[in-house]
Amino acid sequence: MNDAATLAAPVEVIRQHLIDPEVCIRCNTCEEACPVDAITHDARNYVVDPDICKACMACVPPCPTGAIDNWRLMLRSQAYPLAEQFEWDELPAQIDLPEGAAALAQGPATAAAEAAAVVAAAAAAEPASDVAGFATAVTATSFGATLAPWSAAHAYTNLYNHKQPTTATVVGNYRVTDAGVESETHHIVLDFGRMPFPVLEGQSIGILPPGVDARGKPHVARQYSIASPRNGERPGYNNLSLTVKRVTVDHDGNPVRGVCSNYLCELKKGDTVRVIGPFGTSFLMPNHPRSNIVMICTGTGSAPMRAMTEYRRRLRGKFEGGRLMLFFGARTQKELPYFGPLMNLPRDFIDVNLAFSRTPGAPRRYVQDLMRERAADLLALMKDDDTSIYVCGLKSMEEGVLAAMRDVATMGGVQWEELAGRLKREGRLHLETY
Amino acid sequence: MSNINYSEKIPNNVNLNEDKTLQRALEHWQPGFLGWWQDVGPESSRGFDVYLRTAISVDPSGWAQFGYVKMPEYRWGIFLNQAEKERKIHFGDHLGEPAWQDVPGEHRANLRRIIVTQGDTEPASVEQQRHLGLTAPSLYDMRNLFQVNVEEGRHLWAMVYLLHRYFGRDGREEAEALLERRSGDANNPRILGAFNEKTPDWLSFFMFTYFTDRDGKYQLCALAESSFDPLARTTKFMLTEEAHHMFVGESGVSRIVQRTCEVMNQLKTDDPGKLRAAGVIDLPTIQRYLNFHFSVTIDLFGADQSSNAATFYSAGLKGRFEEGKRTDDHRLHGATYKVLDVVDGKLVEKEVPMLNALNEVLRDDYIKDSMAGVARWNKVIEKAGIPFRLQVPHKAFNRQIGTLAGVRVSPEGRVVSEAEWKANVDRWLPSEADRAYVASLMGRVVEPGKFANWIAAPAIGINRQPIDFEYVRFN
Repeated sequence: MNDAATLAAPVEVIRQHLIDPEVCIRCNTCEEACPVDAITHDARNYVVDPDICKACMACVPPCPTGAIDNWRLMLRSQAYPLAEQFEWDELPAQIDLPEGAAALAQGPATAAAEAAAVVAAAAAAEPASDVAGFATAVTATSFGATLAPWSAAHAYTNLYNHKQPTTATVVGNYRVTDAGVESETHHIVLDFGRMPFPVLEGQSIGILPPGVDARGKPHVARQYSIASPRNGERPGYNNLSLTVKRVTVDHDGNPVRGVCSNYLCELKKGDTVRVIGPFGTSFLMPNHPRSNIVMICTGTGSAPMRAMTEYRRRLRGKFEGGRLMLFFGARTQKELPYFGPLMNLPRDFIDVNLAFSRTPGAPRRYVQDLMRERAADLLALMKDDDTSIYVCGLKSMEEGVLAAMRDVATMGGVQWEELAGRLKREGRLHLETY
Repeated sequence: MSNINYSEKIPNNVNLNEDKTLQRALEHWQPGFLGWWQDVGPESSRGFDVYLRTAISVDPSGWAQFGYVKMPEYRWGIFLNQAEKERKIHFGDHLGEPAWQDVPGEHRANLRRIIVTQGDTEPASVEQQRHLGLTAPSLYDMRNLFQVNVEEGRHLWAMVYLLHRYFGRDGREEAEALLERRSGDANNPRILGAFNEKTPDWLSFFMFTYFTDRDGKYQLCALAESSFDPLARTTKFMLTEEAHHMFVGESGVSRIVQRTCEVMNQLKTDDPGKLRAAGVIDLPTIQRYLNFHFSVTIDLFGADQSSNAATFYSAGLKGRFEEGKRTDDHRLHGATYKVLDVVDGKLVEKEVPMLNALNEVLRDDYIKDSMAGVARWNKVIEKAGIPFRLQVPHKAFNRQIGTLAGVRVSPEGRVVSEAEWKANVDRWLPSEADRAYVASLMGRVVEPGKFANWIAAPAIGINRQPIDFEYVRFN
């Protein structure tokens, strides 16, 4: 809970952790795994005490059924008590929150729920600890930090919500992947004119596409990571850029026309869009001169990495000791957004490693393969207390990347659990996958 | 494989890197294990990439790492749960003394026997299930089968680790013998009866993982209480994996029941003939399979009165289920327990010393747990609006071990004559015709997201993957 909760003043919204009694096999594994004894059971059901559960996720990976991974946005005052959970034969549906609370939760939260079906190219979302409660960020929470590194700048969040969005004008819309390749990615520049919209690299914004969904309700917001630095896509201007991939298939490979990504990709210069946000208080870059940044991304997960890299490029000379290392994966070179500009960056400024998983005639290479190849240099950075690590991209990369980091640490004689714990505590490992 | 990269190939938290003796023992044993896996492990599956969970450490983040793995390359690790500082023995005659970090000489033979008996079941079930991959009703189910198989393999490693590390030469010989016995082999069978039965079809497999793997859970729970700390910590970690096996069984049977109910409602019939013509498994057949697997499994708990059980308990080798949560004196001298006996052709209860009845105590805990899952299957039937209910048979039904061995008892618990048994056995246990029918349904379904006609799709996929995820790639 953070900004949104405090804005809500008397109303506190929680993400209540629930266990699906129809899927659960009562194996007791979660109760064993819970470090704070929030889980208990009777002869009928396993249940989670909302007053104790800290959403630490220790119970989620060990659950053999997936029954453990259920969450409902609730007013704290109305959270389901244990006695009621014991009586359930099935989980209750998400209930509508009261007007005020709903307004707070609306933008990001429902966007996340919908996004699961119509995954837009939303990159960095709010961490799971926020009201937003993105389903997409859930598994990351066991490793990912919920705090920003110590030298991060202060982030403004939730200045605009779906009831009171602001308006931005499209001042540029460029295709950044080659024509003819399967994935079409656009670089879109939005200008806020005289309206305040202060952002930091790693934050995201919500776009409200026009029109209504199949049920006749206005479309919910879709989130996009900001691809430009804090002082504007064009330095000194009140604008920012987004990296948007046109969604043509859903997560399962079925054809679908992504509502928001198609809307954005077809915008013309001078069009206006409704915007909410900004969002995000933890996936933020360090700013002290010795700070190193390790960036690991795939596809449009590159947006926050571009933002951070560009900000450091503009300040070149002030970060003598701080190094940048990038691992960037795409299916082919042609599908890699920003390939050209990236290759023009000086080698002594950023250590760029590209992995292509579908280059004809070449073996499939993933970012984690590159990380293992560069183990020595990566390890040196991982061991450095001035290093912050950022991971952004499709959910499927997360395990591989974490495993690679673990292996790099282990082979280097570093105890991974200890290191991962420290990185998390100190706000130096950030995972945003979708 | 002459050289093992220990931290990479065998994920472990037992300092394998520094234990040269253990390394040599494992180096010798590992090729034998891989040979065993190749000979009698999952049939024709060598090149498959299977989306498996691998444990690489015991903390919540490390023990469920998902990714595609070729099964012979699965990283069978050795894990003990985190040690509890200054753990004390909490039952039996040594109550209150420090737990043992090594094997006390006087308990060496019994502990070895306990570990070997547990260890023997692990490869046995892999052997029993080795043909099932050829008839998996979906890629999802095939993956679950293989996950169960590799984890049984890991459980074998866990037991072999204890034998190698704590039992010297005897232990090494027992570890070899674990690879030599074969399920169902007349000359060199597995130790326990249920592990020599065939698992010929997927209904049997799901029943086996529901009922028989649950026996495993209860045995492991009892060993997790042991005064021999390495055994307690090893079995504690195995329990986390065992949960997946019971999930496969419970959800598998549940999905079969669900599919049958759907077709019953479509055709508006409960006639087994019509349902079989429609290619689903009628509920009475499911009931007969349940009767069989339940009765065979409860035999695994051993004789209802056993002086060995008393010795194991008093010596602190094996506790009761959730020993730590019980509130009695944890020594049980003078306590009694009711067991069944047959007097004048009737089942009667009699009180016996609890120490001698500890097998029965564990069996009764198991029965209670089994019944709860059957009640959840009945919820599926109830939801479909069908009046049929599955039932757990009486615990005296079809027993081969203990006082009740050979006594003819109906599923309701009525002692019957041999003639009445013969007349009804095909209504109570799967007949040849039942098994032949279920066998006729078996056939491999390999299209992602497609399921055989006799089983419903699961509610959710593995590790948040979609149902039609490519859980197995054949290459």
